Amino acid sequence: MSILVYANTAINKVHKSAFEAVSYGAQIAEKSGDKVTAVVVGNADNLDSLGKYGADNVVHVTSDKLDDFQPNLIAEAMQKAAADNNSSIIIFSHDLSGKSIAPILAAKMNAGIVTGAVDLPQTDGDFIVKKAVFSGKAYAHVKINTATKIISLTPNALEKKEFNKSASIESKSYELADSRLKVKEQKIQSTDLPLTEAELVVSAGRGLKGPENWGMIEELAKALGAATACSRPVSDMDWRPHHEHVGQTGVAIRPNLYIAIGISGAIQHLAGVNQSKVIVAINTDPEAPFFKAADYGIVGDAFEVVPKLVEAAKAMNHD
Amino acid sequence: MKILVCISKAPDTTSKIAFTDNNTAFDKNGVQFIINPYDEWYALVRGLELKEANGGSVTILNVGGADNDPTIRKALAIGADDAVRINMEPTDALGVAKQIADYAKENAFDMVLCGKETIDYNGSQVGGMVAAFLDQPFVSNASKLDMVGNTATIERDIQGGKEIIEVDTPFVLSAAKGMAEARIPNMRGIMAARTKPLQVVEPSAFENTSEVASYELPPAKGACKMVSADNPAELLELLRNEAKII
Ligand SMILES: Cc1cc2nc3c(=O)[nH]c(=O)nc-3n(C[C@H](O)[C@H](O)[C@H](O)COP(=O)(O)OP(=O)(O)OC[C@H]3O[C@@H](n4cnc5c(N)ncnc54)[C@H](O)[C@@H]3O)c2cc1C
Ligand SMILES: Nc1ncnc2c1ncn2[C@@H]1O[C@H](COP(=O)(O)O)[C@@H](O)[C@H]1O
Repeated sequence: MSILVYANTAINKVHKSAFEAVSYGAQIAEKSGDKVTAVVVGNADNLDSLGKYGADNVVHVTSDKLDDFQPNLIAEAMQKAAADNNSSIIIFSHDLSGKSIAPILAAKMNAGIVTGAVDLPQTDGDFIVKKAVFSGKAYAHVKINTATKIISLTPNALEKKEFNKSASIESKSYELADSRLKVKEQKIQSTDLPLTEAELVVSAGRGLKGPENWGMIEELAKALGAATACSRPVSDMDWRPHHEHVGQTGVAIRPNLYIAIGISGAIQHLAGVNQSKVIVAINTDPEAPFFKAADYGIVGDAFEVVPKLVEAAKAMNHD
Repeated sequence: MKILVCISKAPDTTSKIAFTDNNTAFDKNGVQFIINPYDEWYALVRGLELKEANGGSVTILNVGGADNDPTIRKALAIGADDAVRINMEPTDALGVAKQIADYAKENAFDMVLCGKETIDYNGSQVGGMVAAFLDQPFVSNASKLDMVGNTATIERDIQGGKEIIEVDTPFVLSAAKGMAEARIPNMRGIMAARTKPLQVVEPSAFENTSEVASYELPPAKGACKMVSADNPAELLELLRNEAKII
C-alpha cells in the first residue's frame, strides 16, 4: 500500500506547499507503515528535495499534454498513479491547483474527500480529518467512509517535518485523453510567494486614506520579509491589486503573523484571517473590533506608528 | 444558450456560529440565510448577463430541503428563468455533485456555473466533481467569462497568477471575484419570482462517502496585549521574544 502525494510545481520548482503535503503524507505513513510516493507533473529542478520531506519515491509524469495546467488530465494521471502504486490515501495541497484537481479525482474514484485539512487524520477506529468550516469560525471533524481517501491540506497549517530520505525518481508517461481546454496566455504576477503561503503578512485598510500612502506598508513588509495584503474596500477602490484582498470574499490565509493596520476588523474581514497564529492590530480607535481578535495591539495613528516600526525592524535586522 | 447555475444556501456572513445536538448540528436559531455569495454575485449574475446578450435561459439548481425555497425565489427575483430543487438534505459534496450531474445530463446545458466555494462548508469540491461526473472540462476560480458563439474565453486564477484559456461548450466553471457585479433584485423581479416555475425533483440513490462527525469552536482568544504607540519597537521585541515568530 502507499500514500500518494500530488506535489505541485510553479516556475520549474516543486512548491513549498507540495513539501508540506509530502511531509503530511509521510507523517501518516509513520503510523501506517505505508510507502510515500510523490507525483510531479511538469518540469522541476528540485525533485530530489522531495525525499527530504519524506517521499520514498517520485513519479515524474511527462506528457506534452500536461505543459499547461489541465486539472482533468492531472486527475486522470493521478488515478493511474494511484492504481500503479496501490494507493489508499491521496494527498493534495489545498491551494489553487489542489482545489481544481482533488474533487475531480474524488468523483472519478468515488472516494471520500476532505478539503482544507488543518491537522493529521485520526486513524484509530474511524478515519477522521479536522478541517476549518464557516470561514475559519469553527472546525468540523469529518469521517471518511470509503477505502480510498483523499485529503487536501491547508497551506501553512502544520509545521513540515523533515525525514531526510533519498527518494528514487522514475519518469512515467501515461496515456491521457485530449483536453478541450486551451491555454492562450499566462500572466504570472510575480515569483513571490502567493499570499496563502506567506508566513508573515502586513495588511492595511481604509484607515490609510489613499493608495499613495502604501509606501510605508511596503517598507514594513520588506523589512520583516512579509507579504502585503489589504481589506476589501481597498481593493474595490483599486488602491491595491485584487489578489491582495483577504477575507470572506477574498483569499483566506493563515500566516504565523498577521499585522492589520487601519482595518476595523469587520466579521467578513476576520473570516479570512482569524486562523493566523498571531494577530497584531494597529488602529486609532481603541474600540475597533480588531482588538478583540488580536493578540497584540497598538492604539495609535498609522502615519506615526508605522514609520517607527519600519525603523525598529531595520534596526533589528542589523542586530 | 442554456445555462445552469448551482446555488447553495449559506448563513449570512455576520451570523454567530454555534452548534447543537452535542456539537453535531449547526444551530440555525436566529440565523438569516442568504444565497452563497460566490453563487449569487458572480455565477448567477454573469449567467444572466450572458443570457441577456446572447439569448437562452438561466436555470437555478439547488440540492436541499423545502426550507431553501425562499433562497431559491431570491435567485429567481434577481432574474433567473426557472428553478429546480432536488429534495434532499445534503450530507456530502459527492452526493450533491451526483444529483447535480444527473439532472444536468438529462437536460443538456451549455454550461454549469458554480461558486468557487460555499462560505459554510468551505469545500471547493462540488464544481470539480460535477465536471468529472459529466466528463466535461472544469475551469476553476474563474474571474472573467466571455462567449463568442460556443467558444468561451475565461480568465482563471492559477498558482502565482492568472491565465486566459479557451474552451468550447459544454463545460463546468467555478466563479470567483471579478466575474460580475452583484445585482439587487427590484420590486418587479420579486413579484415575477413568485410565479416562476420551481420544480421539485426527488433525488437518485447514492451512498455517503464522508460525513461530519462533530463540530468544534476554536478556543476563545486571550486578552489583547497593548503596546504604547510611543514605543512600537517593543512590539517587535514581543513578537521576537514572546511570540517567537519573527
Ligand atoms: C457579504 C460581505 C462580504 C465581505 N467580504 C469582505 C472581505 O472578504 N474582506 C474585507 O476586508 N471586507 C469584506 N467585507 C466588508 C467589511 O464588512 C468591511 O466593510 C471592511 O472590511 C472594512 O474595511 P476597512 O476596515 O479597511 O475600512 P473601515 O471599516 O473604514 O475601517 C478603517 C479603520 O481604520 C481606522 N483608522 C482610520 N484612520 C487611521 C489611522 N490614521 N491610523 C490607524 N487606523 C486608522 C479606523 O478607526 C477604522 O477602524 C464584506 C462585507 C459583506 C457585506
Ligand atoms: N446543496 C447545493 N445545491 C446546489 N449547488 C451547490 C450545493 N452545495 C454547493 N453547491 C455549488 O457548489 C459550489 C461549491 O460548493 P462547495 O464544494 O461546498 O464549496 C457552490 O458555490 C455552489 O455553486
